[in-house]
Amino acid sequence: MSIVTAITAPLEVLTLSLQGETFALDAGIVHEILDWVPITEVPNARPFVGGLLNVRGKVVPFADLRVSFGMERPERTQDTRIVVIEVNLAGEPTLVGILAERVFEVTTLLPTALEEPPPIGMRWNPDFIRAIGKRGDDFIIVLAIDRVFAAQDAAPRV
Amino acid sequence: MSQDPTAIFRQEAQDLFEQLEQALLDLERLPGDQDLINTAFRALHTVKGSGAMFGFDALARFTHHLESAFDGVRNGKTVADPGLIGLTLSAIDHMRALMDLSADQPDPEGEALIARLRGMSETAPPAAAPPEEKTESTYRIRFRLPADALERGINPLLMLDELRALGPCRTVALTGRVPPLEALPPGALFLDWDVMLTTTAPRAAIDDVFIFVFDDMELQVERLADPAAAPRLGEILVERGDVAPEAVAEALTRQQPLGSLLRDSGAVSGDSLKSALNEQTHLRQAAPGRQGGGGNDSIRIQAQHLDELIDRVGQLVIAQARLKQLAASEGHGLFKPVAEEIERLANELRDTTMGIRMVPIGSLFGRFRRLVRDLSEELDKDIALTTTGEETELDKTVIERLNDPLVHLVRNALDHGIESPQQRLAAGKPRQGRVQLSAVHSGAQVLITIKDDGRGLDLAAIRARAEENGLIQPGARLSDQELYLCIFQPGFSTARAVSSLSGRGVGMDVVKRAIEALRGLVEVASTPGHGTEITLRLPLTLAIIDGLLIRVGRGRYIIPLAAVEECMELSHADDLRSKGRSFLNLRGDLVPFLRLRDLFACPLPADPFQKVVIVSSGEQRVGLVVDQVIGDHQTVIKSLSRLHADVESFSGATILGDGSVALILDVPHLVEAGQRHDALATAS
Repeated sequence: MSIVTAITAPLEVLTLSLQGETFALDAGIVHEILDWVPITEVPNARPFVGGLLNVRGKVVPFADLRVSFGMERPERTQDTRIVVIEVNLAGEPTLVGILAERVFEVTTLLPTALEEPPPIGMRWNPDFIRAIGKRGDDFIIVLAIDRVFAAQDAAPRV
Repeated sequence: MSQDPTAIFRQEAQDLFEQLEQALLDLERLPGDQDLINTAFRALHTVKGSGAMFGFDALARFTHHLESAFDGVRNGKTVADPGLIGLTLSAIDHMRALMDLSADQPDPEGEALIARLRGMSETAPPAAAPPEEKTESTYRIRFRLPADALERGINPLLMLDELRALGPCRTVALTGRVPPLEALPPGALFLDWDVMLTTTAPRAAIDDVFIFVFDDMELQVERLADPAAAPRLGEILVERGDVAPEAVAEALTRQQPLGSLLRDSGAVSGDSLKSALNEQTHLRQAAPGRQGGGGNDSIRIQAQHLDELIDRVGQLVIAQARLKQLAASEGHGLFKPVAEEIERLANELRDTTMGIRMVPIGSLFGRFRRLVRDLSEELDKDIALTTTGEETELDKTVIERLNDPLVHLVRNALDHGIESPQQRLAAGKPRQGRVQLSAVHSGAQVLITIKDDGRGLDLAAIRARAEENGLIQPGARLSDQELYLCIFQPGFSTARAVSSLSGRGVGMDVVKRAIEALRGLVEVASTPGHGTEITLRLPLTLAIIDGLLIRVGRGRYIIPLAAVEECMELSHADDLRSKGRSFLNLRGDLVPFLRLRDLFACPLPADPFQKVVIVSSGEQRVGLVVDQVIGDHQTVIKSLSRLHADVESFSGATILGDGSVALILDVPHLVEAGQRHDALATAS
């Protein structure tokens, strides 16, 4: 069941690309955008969080959203970036670096241009999607990022 | 530093409740000890006064009644017998609850407690010994509150009232700092006060009046040596800092000094004059030390600030490691000494900062006295708790997180370990059971032991239960230690009856998990009929450790140095032989080893000369095969997020000199994995 809180105010987002799709993240949770840095591989970790990186002296998990959306995961290119965001993991604000094949821009989406995700007919888990925006002929998928991460929470639920 | 004063009060009140509890428990053993009674009384008084000041009216009102009841104890009218102490302990629990109760809510439980307290203090027989006479001292108190004191709900009038309650007082308000009316910000406080107080109360009672604003205010308290000998006007002015001593001295030079007058008149010899002057100088020098001695030279800081400090020091240590690497590779003659100097400073800073985090474990042990007292009553057993090594210091975070596991262990000892008095007497043991909590340093670890003289663990029952639960194969050959460790499995309990305390099979597995989360270990020893001893091995700190940096494939990892026994080369013979059996002959001992490259599914071919790092955890050892041993590394531990909670081989991560991240190996877990491996190999 997806519980979508209607978006009533203009939404400032960062847009990025994964496997040809344009995703949008609430700009408020974005801390910084990094050029590629070496990622430390965590042996035996799940592919979604296969590594760790150093962000200003903090050890931050590195997540690949393409795993959540069942996408191909080609090698990085010169456009690949790491977007450092703060997600809410079981009530704890947690810094996470996510892979972006390309980062576009910070833009404002108007509520009129946003629609609720259709409950059926989608390839992806509708829980992960907060809204779908239209820009010209393209769709922008506004992520419900906390839910994407909640689905990957490895700690035992209390 | 503008903390919410009510938050400060809450924290202080918790400390005071604890203090009170300790004093009462001690009083039970030493009834009539005047110091303990005074400590308890003072704590009550402070809770009352400060509670009222910060608007905890329900608490203040209740405490007032308790204080009156306890006043009987203080002046010897009532004996602090176990009944009264038990009642007062319940009253403290009630006071804790009252912290969250507003003044207008009804408080029937409190009324009942007060009624019982009244009844008790009236019927109790008077104590034999009259209270000691206290000597009076006179203090000069000057205090200045922060300008925003009134806005923060601090009422100086209440403080003056409290001082007045201590004894006869003369108060002068100093208006020297008050600006002209047009420049006076409304609500701001510019008054200072001078108070002369004569009291039998100790110096600490005066500090207690100001305890909640202590950090933000200026307070001078001086004890006047002998109030009878009124000092001279010039001395008073100078001592108060109202007149420069030079000015007085200058004025006095116009007088002939007393000494020269006496010498000139031949009444005193030059030598005796010199000696008298010497004594005078000594007394003057000694005085300030004494006056300052009563103050509290510790300060209270928020844990968050300390954590930030640790974090910064951690970053400094990382940056310093990078500098060291750079200095080594640059080879610039002037660069190196500076880098070494900074290394030394960074290490000292690290040690000092880690020292701040260390707190004695006594504060934790103290809480168990109450637990043992209440539980013994509930279980109808006679149990004495002794504690040793209270001064042993441990990281603050470790201590906080030790509370729950220790509660479980102590409860278990009381409930399952110690027999009923009848059973004990029948077994020829003293009626009173003993539980001992002790702490001791052992290298980079602290050992905490919970020991009881009860019935000991029943190996047969454990085996039966473990077989029933499918934890072990029926008839499997296990060492006693392995069987004991079964009690830490989830859902394991041999208790026949489930009591409200324990026996539900939850608890011991929580203990093990909590201790492992602290990178510690649990060990069990037991003798049937003589008792059980559970030892927790804990690291000193969770923040920074010495580590050994190793490489496996392209990945670099840290092994906590405390766990490393030795490093050696994996001989070609062992390397080949280990295809079938992974054992190493270490001076006659067979030590199982694990190839980290297999464990980590490393795709690169192994280096030609593999190294083995022998690590230990408790009694057990295991060899870890690595590609390269790089060297020592100051490791600032960063915990892994919830997203990696399912990865078992690592306890955390750190940042290396070049800015990359390295994982820290979880040695107890790896050793366990190695032993399992060992058991499998033996079985096959």
